[in-house]
Amino acid sequence: MAEFTMPSLGADMEEGLLQEWLVHPGDHVGRGDAVAVVETAKSAIEVECFETGTVGALLVEPGTTVSVGTVLATIETEPEAAEARANPRRTRRAAPPADEGRTEREHSAAKAPDLPPAEAPEPPVAPDRLEAGPLLRRDAERAGVDLASVHGSGPGGRVTRHDVERAGEDSAAARPPARRQVTPLARRLAGELDVDLAEIGGTGKNGAIRAGDVRRAAAGPRTETAPRPTAPTPTREERPTPMRRAIADLMTRANREIPHYHLATTIDLHPAMEWLHEHNRNSPVDRRLLPAALLIKATARAAAEVPDLNGFWIDDHFEAGSGVHVGVAVSLRGGGLVAPALHDADTLEVTALMAALKDVVVRARGGRLRGSEVSGATITVTNLGDQGAEAVFGVIHPPQVALVGFGRVVDRPWAVDGLLGVRPVVTATLSADHRATDGSVGARFLSVVDRQLQSPEHL
Amino acid sequence: MNHADALALVRESLAAVVPGPEPDGLGPDEPFREALDMDSLDFLRFVETLAERAGVSIPDEDTSRLTTLTDSAAFLAERAS
Amino acid sequence: MTTAPPEDAVTTYREAMRDALREALSGDERVFLIGEDVGRYGGCFGVSLGLLEEFGPERVRDAPLSESAFVGAGIGAALAGMRPIVEIMTVNFSLLALDQILNNAATLLHMSNGQLPVPVVIRMTTGAGRQLAAQHSHSLEGWYAHIPGIRVLTPATVEDARYMLPAALADPDPVLIFEHGSLYNAKGALPRSGTTAGLDRAAVRRSGTDVSLITYGGSLPKALSAADALAQEGIEADVVDLRTLRPLDTETVAASAARTHRVVVVDEAWRTGGIGAEVSARVAEDSFYDLDSPVERVGCAEVPIPYARQLEEAALPQPADIVAAVHRAVN
Repeated sequence: MAEFTMPSLGADMEEGLLQEWLVHPGDHVGRGDAVAVVETAKSAIEVECFETGTVGALLVEPGTTVSVGTVLATIETEPEAAEARANPRRTRRAAPPADEGRTEREHSAAKAPDLPPAEAPEPPVAPDRLEAGPLLRRDAERAGVDLASVHGSGPGGRVTRHDVERAGEDSAAARPPARRQVTPLARRLAGELDVDLAEIGGTGKNGAIRAGDVRRAAAGPRTETAPRPTAPTPTREERPTPMRRAIADLMTRANREIPHYHLATTIDLHPAMEWLHEHNRNSPVDRRLLPAALLIKATARAAAEVPDLNGFWIDDHFEAGSGVHVGVAVSLRGGGLVAPALHDADTLEVTALMAALKDVVVRARGGRLRGSEVSGATITVTNLGDQGAEAVFGVIHPPQVALVGFGRVVDRPWAVDGLLGVRPVVTATLSADHRATDGSVGARFLSVVDRQLQSPEHL
Repeated sequence: MNHADALALVRESLAAVVPGPEPDGLGPDEPFREALDMDSLDFLRFVETLAERAGVSIPDEDTSRLTTLTDSAAFLAERAS
Repeated sequence: MTTAPPEDAVTTYREAMRDALREALSGDERVFLIGEDVGRYGGCFGVSLGLLEEFGPERVRDAPLSESAFVGAGIGAALAGMRPIVEIMTVNFSLLALDQILNNAATLLHMSNGQLPVPVVIRMTTGAGRQLAAQHSHSLEGWYAHIPGIRVLTPATVEDARYMLPAALADPDPVLIFEHGSLYNAKGALPRSGTTAGLDRAAVRRSGTDVSLITYGGSLPKALSAADALAQEGIEADVVDLRTLRPLDTETVAASAARTHRVVVVDEAWRTGGIGAEVSARVAEDSFYDLDSPVERVGCAEVPIPYARQLEEAALPQPADIVAAVHRAVN
């Protein structure tokens, strides 16, 4: 039996809110299927599972915030599922072969509808008969472990300290417990006004639920308290949104921990823009390319060619990324930023890359990204586009070691074969982690980007 | 296609790409890319949506004419006539 | 100079205290004032100026430089039926008399099974803010509030400076009065008779519904000034002046917390183990289910008070620090 756990959707993620289940007990799932939606500080993410089998018990209720590593559901992998099933003649979709990689199947409970749902196996220990002393409870609280979801190895399936330790091991050691914070007054009011604290959001520090949140959520029509008049010179700062706070934390960490060095070079985009216009002239609107596609492709190629910039700085050493997965910084309407990853961007056809780019940007801004998209980027590109400034000197997204920035494409006087011409140029910048590489590596990287862009037909 | 229909299509396509109330408040001669803070990808999606809904092809070199509601509607009316 | 000021006359804290001393000396034969430089010099802070000329050296006595001796003398006189007022120059010098206060004044009633009350009043200047540096800027009234058997008063207004002394003299037990040095020149209206209810109740100096500022003594003006600034932003602070640190009027504090749901404790002492910590603990005990944010404390930086003006200002709690703490509690 496999466990489906709350994934880490970014180096800075400690806990996530399970928003909804996309599967039911008894559903068949394949590797790469989206099985749940998790709300992180940044956005709602569809989380895929890595197993093929039958969904067993769903151990966490939607609306619950749990720590990374908490078991959310059990998945009976193939042989076990066959044994556990009462009706072995049930038809099943064949599992995709492992080498097929990520499947792009839309989440849907693909089942033969005429079959009764399989009985969900009991969770390891039913919460209502969970035997755990104060010591175990304290351990679980400290480790951010939900006791009800721990598989007990003790006598009679009892959870032992060792089980709790193990359940807590795969996430950061010092982590705040996932319990909702509620002020004493809010808790009292919730009882008086019959408000379910699990159903409401908090506006206090670290999302704590305060009295005002309870009053607003209380049933029945009620008049909002009038907003406080603000002083002509506002001294009370706006509360940052969770996303703003997440960005603030990550960027603060980046600037605190990473010794950045910055390089810039100006690249003649004449060949690339000519090629692009020609391509777009002959393409229907849905096949047209933006310069961004070429810039990202060139960057991905350079990352493959200069692998020292493609990977992570973890525990005081560099870990090369397996494959080139380019994070693309996408600004959101109303503020904020996400950087979904385009996987294996160095091998994608430029038109496929454009389609993938469009897809993630649209979903980042309006829909939902998937777990595999919001983590795993090995290098990030920030492309200011045609409304932006001419150069960007960005901040690296930890634990990556490089961030490549492209400014707006502008027409500039340019020396061509000893004569002055006007050429479209772009300023490409590299922010790199000086712990992992030195300037010479960065310079080589930028020159590879330049070289790639001079032969756009090969991109 | 008359101007009013074309204008409605342009507005509809903008609204499909830029969520929220902003597109409703656009003036007829306001450059909408700046007003709606649309980047090149938003603009490309707008052109795609417009072409699809109007059933016309919009050549790449003509996209520079799509700057305001009035201009876009005029362009569309002449393409679809 | 012997006439009482007219109704609601504006006077200073220093003059109010002098009027209180004059009234006590005139009204009760058993009262005398003793301390360093209280006579010919008129008191280190000018509180007893003119009283030697008015009442003579028997009633206004200059003491030698030995706190243990003259505080002990005051305790002995009180045991013998007198009503002594002992002035100690500043709170740091009271440490030389700490044994007398803690082991004699505070204990004898209990050790004698109620036969030996000690009706002594001990006045001293406390607090920082006047560039008197690390050895003369302490706020140790919280230490004294730790001791059962004595009463600790911290008058913060002209009215309390004037009317706490007679109540203290009437109390059969030892009473310590801490006068914050920054208050002597503070002006205020003085009603003809005390309107605050004795020595047992705190006073709400300003009403508000959004946050409770719990403070006393020299921090009261700062808390009120912070409350003014907060009112500009639409945050109405309830400002509670404790007035008496022992016994604490926890009822008034709890009532304020129940109104506002947020408590910020402000005092000038070091935070660790200070009276502010005691008030916070009482709030946690009495008002837990009324709180909508953690209790905030504003106190002094944990350093010996610096001499340099800017450093001293930086070390002491200022209105801006109080405003910031309120923002933490309210937002």
